[in-house]
Amino acid sequence: MHYNVMIGGAAGQGIDTTAAIFEKLLKKEGYAVLTTRDFMSRIRGGHNFILIRFGDSPAYSHSRVLDGLIALDHDTVKLHVNELKPEGFILCDERINTDDERAIKIPLEEMAKALGNPRVSGSIATGVLLKLFGLSLDGVKGILKQELKEQYIDINLKAYDEGYALVENRYEKLDADFSDHMIINGNKAVALGALAAGLKFYSAYPMSPSTGIMEYLASKARDLNLVVEQAEDEIAAINMALGASFTGAKAMTGTSGGGFSLMVEALGLSGIAEIPVVIVNAQRPGPATGLPTRTEQGDLRFAIHASQGEFPRKVIALRNQEDAYRQTIRAFMTAEKYHIPVIILSDQYLADGSATIKTVSLPEEMADARTEIQPGGYKRYLLTENGISPRLNPGQTDGLVMVDSDEHDEQGLITESASVRNQMVEKRMRKIQGISDELEEPDFFGSKNADILLLGWGSTWGPIKEAVEQLNRDKPDTFAALVFGDVFPLPEKLLKEKAQQARLIINIEQNATGQLAGLIREKTGIVCTHSVLKYDGRQITGEEIVSRVREVTA
Amino acid sequence: MSQKEFCTRETAWCPGCGNFSILACLKKALEGLGLESRQVLMVAGIGQAAKTPQYICANAFCGLHGRALPAAVAAKIANEKLTVIVDTGDGDSYGEGGNHFIHTIRRNIDINHFVHDNQIYGLTKGQASPTTEIGHVTGAQADGNINMPFNPMLMALAAGAGFVARGLAGDPIQLTELMQKAIRYKGYALIDILQPCVSFNKVNTFAWYKQRVKPISKEHDPADFNAAIALARQFDDTIPTGILYEVEKPVYHERHPVLKDHEPLISKKSDPKKLEQLIRSFI
Repeated sequence: MHYNVMIGGAAGQGIDTTAAIFEKLLKKEGYAVLTTRDFMSRIRGGHNFILIRFGDSPAYSHSRVLDGLIALDHDTVKLHVNELKPEGFILCDERINTDDERAIKIPLEEMAKALGNPRVSGSIATGVLLKLFGLSLDGVKGILKQELKEQYIDINLKAYDEGYALVENRYEKLDADFSDHMIINGNKAVALGALAAGLKFYSAYPMSPSTGIMEYLASKARDLNLVVEQAEDEIAAINMALGASFTGAKAMTGTSGGGFSLMVEALGLSGIAEIPVVIVNAQRPGPATGLPTRTEQGDLRFAIHASQGEFPRKVIALRNQEDAYRQTIRAFMTAEKYHIPVIILSDQYLADGSATIKTVSLPEEMADARTEIQPGGYKRYLLTENGISPRLNPGQTDGLVMVDSDEHDEQGLITESASVRNQMVEKRMRKIQGISDELEEPDFFGSKNADILLLGWGSTWGPIKEAVEQLNRDKPDTFAALVFGDVFPLPEKLLKEKAQQARLIINIEQNATGQLAGLIREKTGIVCTHSVLKYDGRQITGEEIVSRVREVTA
Repeated sequence: MSQKEFCTRETAWCPGCGNFSILACLKKALEGLGLESRQVLMVAGIGQAAKTPQYICANAFCGLHGRALPAAVAAKIANEKLTVIVDTGDGDSYGEGGNHFIHTIRRNIDINHFVHDNQIYGLTKGQASPTTEIGHVTGAQADGNINMPFNPMLMALAAGAGFVARGLAGDPIQLTELMQKAIRYKGYALIDILQPCVSFNKVNTFAWYKQRVKPISKEHDPADFNAAIALARQFDDTIPTGILYEVEKPVYHERHPVLKDHEPLISKKSDPKKLEQLIRSFI
């Protein structure tokens, strides 16, 4: 069972801090939590909201069916009252103009003023929430200490107490024990994965929704001996990452679609010069500036095809926060093993959304791929059977390391020889075999005997998982889904097997053209019979998938 | 094989090209400093000058057009034991890579930037570069270049560079010395090297430069910023060569909390216990 509340208000009213503290308190009480952030691209005003869904089992998808609406402004009531359950509640300031019987009106602003700081109204409201949901005040102090500056702790503690005293408990406290889990958002999970993989150098230019990766890494840089450099533009960011990686520091860069567009030429440099690099594209709706703070899966084809010429690459789509950690480590392992660019596709829903996940562990120490210098002189691009040439760090041995964006011979010297060109293209392409052998098949949910197969990739994992469970409750043994994480090269085995037994195949994607469906058709000939597509910048919910799948299969 | 001699390779430059002299000066400068080839990383973008790393035995990163500087910056961040030299042209440095030029100066990282400035695009056969003079007729500027030439010396000074010099390919003794001083200098060091392009620049010929260049007087105080600005503005009947400006400035590594202990980044280990703590901070 899950409860679901929305905290809404204008930018600058502190809903983010309120939600951050509330989700931590929930987790401390043992709940599994999923938080989704919906922001406008502005620093003050407008309408922002955060959805917090919590319960005694993990909620995989956010939901627009609300138990509670915490309205810090009138817009929140006006825009979202129709999402509230009949027995739900609206928690708002007494001055908010609503005659809805479900409203719990509290003089939040006045009480905050009386306490001495109008900004503590969110803490009063959270105090109310804790009481309504039967949670204790015990953990508040510890969490406030983590989240707030020293001078604000006492006044906020009072605010919590006052809010708590105002109402009676309304919802049953569920028995849940997720307190040994982590709560983490997608950006931080990527950053943590990179650190666990041995990241030494991160360069980026700030761009929503990827900036959280840079800021988290920067806050840990001194302690963990890494360098985070804010580049002058995304072209510099990726060329820096390549310079650092060439020299021997594990390197990553992160951006969104617009910045990734600027990185495209250097993606090819990574390909031909065979310099490992991990690139995170936290997608947002495009083209150009698009919807800067919202979500989309519009860059799959772009990531697969970006840059002129042909070279091996890998594209991984992150499905959830746990996946974000694990797949970022894998991205480094693949990049370092094959000396290729690995593109990680995240998106705003995942990047800014937090969830309780099983506490992750550090990977076993990764073998250093650097080789010893061979007798007869070092050749950076030695022709080998698997396409992987010996790699040395410049300056650390007597082997001189030459890398080149021009076509080159084994030593790294420019060549225009037709036969060397053929040998080098073939050497690089031989790496695809190894990369393909190590692919992970997509996640499978639902019934083994299903005749309706849903297909998705990346962050729609949760909504699809929840939808399949619901659909199978309504029509048992009918639905199944495959959600891709490794998406290019496309793992085909499970797809072919499941597609063969399916009567209907429906691709569910957060874009307008069905990019995964196109890729699947190109690589396997499998045709999706129906599509559920969404491109308004808002993540599809489990319940929306259920209703749209019912529509197309009716 | 690593050695104290920096062997050179057969080039693809035009006979009579100023690049030959610059390459010879570079070899002499490196050998004169007692460096080994394994200690040196040559970085370049694209262009005729950018082929220099191909022709001298050292480590080499031959990257993208205009993008040598960011790669060089990060290489130096990753391993400060490397002597990093960006050897590339005026188009690569001031045109395609103009933004990186400004921001590399701001970082004041200890790399050397040797710009072969022939005031023309050689690799693409003779279009205007950022330093081409007004009125210069080229294939692309068919009615003559109408844009003001870029002044790299003035720009470097204005952006805060601590070592700003100008050399001439035809004065190898001075150029070798400038290169050695630049390499010894702690921080970003720029040498704009005037260089005739025998194939595509029929205006700024070897004779044209010879008539105009004049070594900077021994009286000049390289720490005098205003005097350096005055020298930087001269590019007419007289073109001053030598060190325009040289002052000590705090270097990137010394300001950086992780790098200031001078242990190369690639040798630093991160403590698994700290990683474990980080994971626990999310519980």
